[in-house]
Amino acid sequence: MKKQMVQERFMKVLTSAAALITMGILLFLAGFILVRGIPYLKPSLFSLHYDSENVSLMPALLSTILMTLLSLVIAVPLGVFAAIYLSEYARKGSRAVSIIRVTAETLSGIPSILYGLFGMLFFVTQLHWGFSLLAGAFTVSIMILPLIMRTSEEALQAVPDLYREGSYGLGAGKLRTVFRIVLPSAIPGIFAGIILAIGRIVGETAALIYTAGTVAQIPSNPMMSARTLSVHMYALSSEGLHMNEGYATAVVLLVVVALINTLSARIAKRIGGTA
Amino acid sequence: MKKGISMNKWKEKGMSAVFLAAALASILAVGLICFFLLANGIPAIRKIGLLNFLGGTEWSPTDTPPEFGILPMILGSLYVTAGAILTGVPIGLLTAVFLACVCPKKLYQVMKPGVELLAGIPSVVYGFFGMAAIVPLTGNSILSACILLGIMILPTIVGVAESALRAVPVSYYEGALALGAGHYRSVYHVVLPAAKSGVLASVVLGIGRAIGETMAVIMVAGNQARMPVSLMKGVRTLTANIVVEMGYASGLHREALIATGVVLFVFILVINLAFSVLKRREGK
Repeated sequence: MKKQMVQERFMKVLTSAAALITMGILLFLAGFILVRGIPYLKPSLFSLHYDSENVSLMPALLSTILMTLLSLVIAVPLGVFAAIYLSEYARKGSRAVSIIRVTAETLSGIPSILYGLFGMLFFVTQLHWGFSLLAGAFTVSIMILPLIMRTSEEALQAVPDLYREGSYGLGAGKLRTVFRIVLPSAIPGIFAGIILAIGRIVGETAALIYTAGTVAQIPSNPMMSARTLSVHMYALSSEGLHMNEGYATAVVLLVVVALINTLSARIAKRIGGTA
Repeated sequence: MKKGISMNKWKEKGMSAVFLAAALASILAVGLICFFLLANGIPAIRKIGLLNFLGGTEWSPTDTPPEFGILPMILGSLYVTAGAILTGVPIGLLTAVFLACVCPKKLYQVMKPGVELLAGIPSVVYGFFGMAAIVPLTGNSILSACILLGIMILPTIVGVAESALRAVPVSYYEGALALGAGHYRSVYHVVLPAAKSGVLASVVLGIGRAIGETMAVIMVAGNQARMPVSLMKGVRTLTANIVVEMGYASGLHREALIATGVVLFVFILVINLAFSVLKRREGK
């Protein structure tokens, strides 16, 4: 009996220690970045023009927003429509559905550097777009497509069949039912997925270096090269001259990611609350 | 009236075709990715020779004559991934057990978002952290990369393993308790083995993340293209090989870098396959 008690205690200590380490790592990492970066969050860091003097992150910040919007414009309709097909139109278990699922799963497992390589070969070289916002956005939108498909499909499937039957019962057609009844009820879930996708776009580097390029400017059209915040950070680290400004950029990124996570969790909770 | 109905019919038909087309986009994407990687990578492998490419220990693309052996990078990726699994999996699994079976609700509401934040932090930020907090202790080395990658795959392992543990019916746990086992004994000897497939899937997913990770590894691993000699020496992974040299490569050198991507792609496909097999088994 005593041996069992000792074992229990041992396993308890081990489990709690691991949990403690995980949380410790998070706190240490966040604290480390904040302590190193916050002192360098100066106004000059946010001036509109980048030069090697001020190492402004403003162009990168604006490019990040543009890149995110452009990628979402491409990926969200595709992903949501694909989800509508899978959830509302396709016969369950049909051959096409299983192939689509396998390919979506494959896409979500491909590391971002391979997306970057593909984007460079296809959009930049084959289509002659050059290093551009557009090439970067297309590359990244393929990357987030499976995420949007999966979360949207889950959201659509969570809509009770009663809604659909009610709509058909009132004489609405399939399309009307989908757009007027099913889609609106699934919007919060789809939105939560989109927010997760934004997090991935903002944090992306490897897929963008050789598609969107690394020029620190505010792009005035989608065919211009632009570096996002993450690429900006990598550029700073590989130059090695402005590490402090790099930490300041990291602080901005960390805050953005934390905001995104909170927002997505809020929405998810609200869905959970109403269902 | 009749006209209205046929309009509707057209709309219905048209939109369902649009939905189908959108769904086929992912198939098109995978097809294009495979085609462009293979079409641009295979010729280089042919020119260099498969054995020379995969088994060559010398990578000196700018020498005359150039050498294109990527064995150092293959080993680099494997070592770094193995190290990440060794450091990340034990801590991740135990944390998953804590979250799924031990954690009080109040604490869970803090820890779960914490783990999710860890998952959302961009890899360059991890890289910066690694450069400043890990490299001063262990240098630009295999060890640094292992530690950093171990941290980076933690949230993946925790997330997938936790949901696998939660999927185990409570009756298993209660049965073990009824037979006189303590709380932790029940969890580790009954619940955890029951979640085996899901737990393995989390490890496989972690392997995929680690082997595909690029930016953070570049920032801490040193990137020397030579056979890995010791834990404390630098190493270059397949992913790093592509990013570090693509900027100035041309001709056969550039093709060889794309071929490096093809090798990585093959690794990833094998890992994906293993993952989906495990997930299917979990579903049963």
